[in-house]
Amino acid sequence: MKNLIDLEKKINSELTTKINRTEIRHNQIYLETDKDDLIDVILFLKTNNDTKFRQLIDITVTDYPEKNQRFELIYLFLSHEFNQRLILKYTIVENEIIPSITSIFPGANWMEREVFDMYGVSFKDHPDLRRILTDYGFEGHPLRKDFPLTGHTEVRYSEDQKKVINEPVKLEQNYRNFDYESPWEGTKYIKEEIENNDKKN
Amino acid sequence: MTKKTKNLNLNFGPQHPAAHGVLRLILELDGEVVEKADPHIGLLHRGTEKLIENKTYMQAVPYFDRLDYVAPMNQEHAFALATEKILQIDVPIRAQYIRVIFCEIGRILSHILNVTTQAMDVGALTPTLWGFEEREKLMGFYERVSGSRLHANYFRAGGVHKDLPQGLEEDIAEFCETFPKIINDLESLLTENRIFKQRNVDIGVVTKQDALDYSFSGVMIRGSGVPWDLRKSQPYDCYNKLDFKIPVGKNGDCYDRYLCRIEEMKESVSIIKQCLSKMEKGPIKSLDGKISPPSKKEIKQSMEALIHHFKLFTEGYRVPKDEIYTAVEAPKGEFGVYLISDGSNKPYKCKIRAPGFSHLQSMDYLIKGHMLADVPAVLGSLDIVFGEVDR
Repeated sequence: MKNLIDLEKKINSELTTKINRTEIRHNQIYLETDKDDLIDVILFLKTNNDTKFRQLIDITVTDYPEKNQRFELIYLFLSHEFNQRLILKYTIVENEIIPSITSIFPGANWMEREVFDMYGVSFKDHPDLRRILTDYGFEGHPLRKDFPLTGHTEVRYSEDQKKVINEPVKLEQNYRNFDYESPWEGTKYIKEEIENNDKKN
Repeated sequence: MTKKTKNLNLNFGPQHPAAHGVLRLILELDGEVVEKADPHIGLLHRGTEKLIENKTYMQAVPYFDRLDYVAPMNQEHAFALATEKILQIDVPIRAQYIRVIFCEIGRILSHILNVTTQAMDVGALTPTLWGFEEREKLMGFYERVSGSRLHANYFRAGGVHKDLPQGLEEDIAEFCETFPKIINDLESLLTENRIFKQRNVDIGVVTKQDALDYSFSGVMIRGSGVPWDLRKSQPYDCYNKLDFKIPVGKNGDCYDRYLCRIEEMKESVSIIKQCLSKMEKGPIKSLDGKISPPSKKEIKQSMEALIHHFKLFTEGYRVPKDEIYTAVEAPKGEFGVYLISDGSNKPYKCKIRAPGFSHLQSMDYLIKGHMLADVPAVLGSLDIVFGEVDR
């Protein structure tokens, strides 16, 4: 459907309980669903004549380590016919295995591999779930918020062993994370200092 | 008597001139026919997305230059648009024209590189020499406007960094007059060339349906006959004020994609000309002092400007909590940024959607059943740059 509001109504009336929340923002439609309904929702969006979201643009994850439902999966779709974009989201806890959509969109293959590599989220029924961007034998998932920016290992050529080796990161100077936020608007350390002073008094 | 045969595994790359960068391709060959291709990528992975999460919005811009390093400003454009939409600021009209001019220059830069190196991969050396002379001029324009030939760091949220220097408009206009002749020269070398056609026609055919299924965009989907261009369908900046055509292929093979690129370069020249004639004097960045840094002159005279300057270059500006996907039509296809802001001065997450990533993924499907010698031809027509594939 050309009209976003009609589209939102259509999706809500057809998928009813499978959609938890819909929202229109920035000329795009945001949907929230559950892990178990994912395949049904995507099949509907792809095949229905009023939606026709026939192209998968990307799959990505956001990491919220402080939340119980730690990872939020994000799927971006595009409909050429109606010139609409749709963003589908759902949350999962850590170590949960989610269904792969490679059978619906073959292009999802590498996107899911990237998600697996960067966030450590595993997919069920994925034909070839290997790491993709990181080095052979890499450990950890770099885009998780608890992974340090400098990484854990660094690589160099060892003259003694005559090969490339990995060793723990040794920095001449620690990574400096400057806190530039205005103190009068209350950055963390100022707040803590004030709280501590209050306690002392 | 039957002889037992075994498929041969061939390791192509990571250092190979036809791999256009650091691609390692594991090919399974039956004689000279490719049975399977398994691209290993990530040799140029620098963790751009992680780095951006740790930098302020202004400091994140240079990372976008290093993605698709043959058309750097197109990437910056996507990020600038995403931040602008969340901040809800308007871009002055002159800045929009300047941005479009440089995006189209980026498109020409990228297409010259792709067309000529693809020709080189299939055996023609002269186009590269002729084309690179023109790229040199275009990178000269980049340098004059931003101080750098490749890593421009020129587009900012709210506009561009500086106005065009004196005389640049005239020189770009002059280039637009001479360049179409160079395109014709390139075409006279390639379009009807017997060897070039033998190597490209009916190679790496993509059907319409597969182009959709494999998340193709840009020339890869237009070559297969889908008239889809974000500049037309979801216009950003001043593209809706400009008149241009979208070249579409018919057969979806390497040759059609080559033709699309040649036509797109001609369209880009016409877009640049239109921009130059429509452009008027005026501001080149948002007038909001909380977003755009003040000019040097103002800093010398105004206390407020000095404070703004200091705050913008230490703390940076803050972006309200929001999530947005913004895409631009980069030379290689749909380049998108999924930006999540949390109200602080750094992005919470910035996912980069690179067109080359989806295109390279289809390598196995494209090359299956072709000869080994077709691998460089298909790879060339995919228009892969590893800066953006590996991120």
